Amino acid sequence: MKMKVTEKDVANVADLANLELTEAERAVLLRDLNSILDYIDRLNQLDTTEVPPMAQVSDRYGIDQSKTGSERFAYSSREDVLEGLRKSLPHNVALQNAPDSDGTFFKVPKVIEK
Amino acid sequence: MELSSLTIDAVRSAVQERKITATSLAEAFYTKIEKDDPKIGAYLILSKERALAKAAEIDASAVKGDKLPPLAGVPVGIKDVMMTCGVRTTAGSKVLGNYIPPYDCTAVARMEAAGAVVLGKLNCDEFAMGSSNENSAWRPVHNPRDLSRVPGGSSGGSAAAVAADMAVATLGSDTGGSIRQPASFCGVVGLMPTYGRVSRYGLIAFASSLDRIGPLTKTVKDAATVLRTIAGRDPMDATSADVPVPDYVAELEKPVRGLKLGVAKEYFGEGLDPEVRKSVESAVQKLAASGCEIVPVSLPHTEYAIPTYYILATAEASSNLARFDGVRYGYRARDARTLSEMYRRTRGQGFGTEVKRRIMLGTYALSAGYYDAYYLKAQKVRTLLARDFEEAFKNVDAIVTPTSPTAAFKLGEKVDDPLSMYLADIFTVTADLAGIPGISIPCGETKDNLPIGLQILGKHFDEATILRVAHAYEAEHGVKN
Repeated sequence: MKMKVTEKDVANVADLANLELTEAERAVLLRDLNSILDYIDRLNQLDTTEVPPMAQVSDRYGIDQSKTGSERFAYSSREDVLEGLRKSLPHNVALQNAPDSDGTFFKVPKVIEK
Repeated sequence: MELSSLTIDAVRSAVQERKITATSLAEAFYTKIEKDDPKIGAYLILSKERALAKAAEIDASAVKGDKLPPLAGVPVGIKDVMMTCGVRTTAGSKVLGNYIPPYDCTAVARMEAAGAVVLGKLNCDEFAMGSSNENSAWRPVHNPRDLSRVPGGSSGGSAAAVAADMAVATLGSDTGGSIRQPASFCGVVGLMPTYGRVSRYGLIAFASSLDRIGPLTKTVKDAATVLRTIAGRDPMDATSADVPVPDYVAELEKPVRGLKLGVAKEYFGEGLDPEVRKSVESAVQKLAASGCEIVPVSLPHTEYAIPTYYILATAEASSNLARFDGVRYGYRARDARTLSEMYRRTRGQGFGTEVKRRIMLGTYALSAGYYDAYYLKAQKVRTLLARDFEEAFKNVDAIVTPTSPTAAFKLGEKVDDPLSMYLADIFTVTADLAGIPGISIPCGETKDNLPIGLQILGKHFDEATILRVAHAYEAEHGVKN
């Protein structure tokens, strides 16, 4: 049977996901992704041409049944105010978990690769 | 004081009447944890300072004669995917190994505001991804009923802590069955509320259209008490619903006579362990004897739930976990020369095998050329699964099923076969996808004395009915502590 996912696909997807994988990990993922996607193929037994997608539970079950889409979330909207529901984290607190910082900014390795 | 017999009400009254102090009770639980947890592995982090400060506050109120809040002095544990201000929170992952949250999860804050004493953070599968707790980056959890077996997952620590009397109640999270399946495996009560019923503010996200927080307890009444405490709109979570919270505890005592309970043949087919089948069928008969009417229903798309779930959950996870990039918090690979290399190495080294597998699957399903075939397709099948329940609930008040096709399996039994591990969620993922509430309660044991769980599913925002059915079953036939 033709494999859905090739070694090249695994490398490409790992790239998209920003994951550095070892050769051993890539081999295992090649096997697992193919086996899982084969199983997932059974979804194609169903004709869903006329079926709308469900992205959120509230797409179907809003609080106010007469409203659709984002209207159903109307209860969660509020006026913009300068300070929101909660004040922003103080600067030092926002930085306290940083792997590297200079006290003002997060520090990262060189951004421009040449 | 016998820790195994403690319920929320028993603790609160004893503390109120000053028969015990919250402080001595917390200390007794810590002694028990220090003695028993090394062989179980339920706790990752103990928050003694915070617990004893809260206990002292409760004791001071009791001395003054104040009326204590509903969870006063109750020792609880929190799954390590919920943020606790100042108390290390790792989500079971190396990538958050040293993370100290700057704020509290709303559900945790509400538990403490109601008087609960947070003993510590509970082990779980990394980012709540797993069905056996073997994906924890720190250590596996052993099932207190049989140490060679898994406690279930991903809230394995939450279920094991209650089963081993190392907490009176715990909070877990459920994305594909992660509260109900471990509750079933460990012989405790596990409740997944309706999507939107409980705020997820401060819950480390796995799959946002599915994730929910709920209680694991020894009794149905305790589950009702915790739900009443944590439910309700939170302005910090836009998906938390603005629906009034009923008094779930008062509702428990309403009679079950005349309620219509659906039984779906799709949950009793191939792959269901014969002992589990027998136990659940007998539980259904007992409910009929209590005056419930048993009605056959059909949920014809059930067999498509696992493939649907593993596309949608992994796609959402691949997006949610993009935030772990080594910049603002968490682990950072030290040897990288460029930003891009730092991202890739941090994530490659920081995440465990299962998390990487799911990020890869989800990224693949969302990638150009595959979006329609996988992600959109799965969203459409999700609609069909939701419609199955809508149809069934036109005729019944609740649906009863097994929680899991088998009792607890052995550690190591499924680790090398991700697909067989995914199939352990077959009876639980449907409720996650449809957004409906579900509860698992103990309904029997296998010949090896392993607990079996009965699952009761309800309509949106109708936790009251499933709690009532569960309470009626427990009152008549429940395992006595």
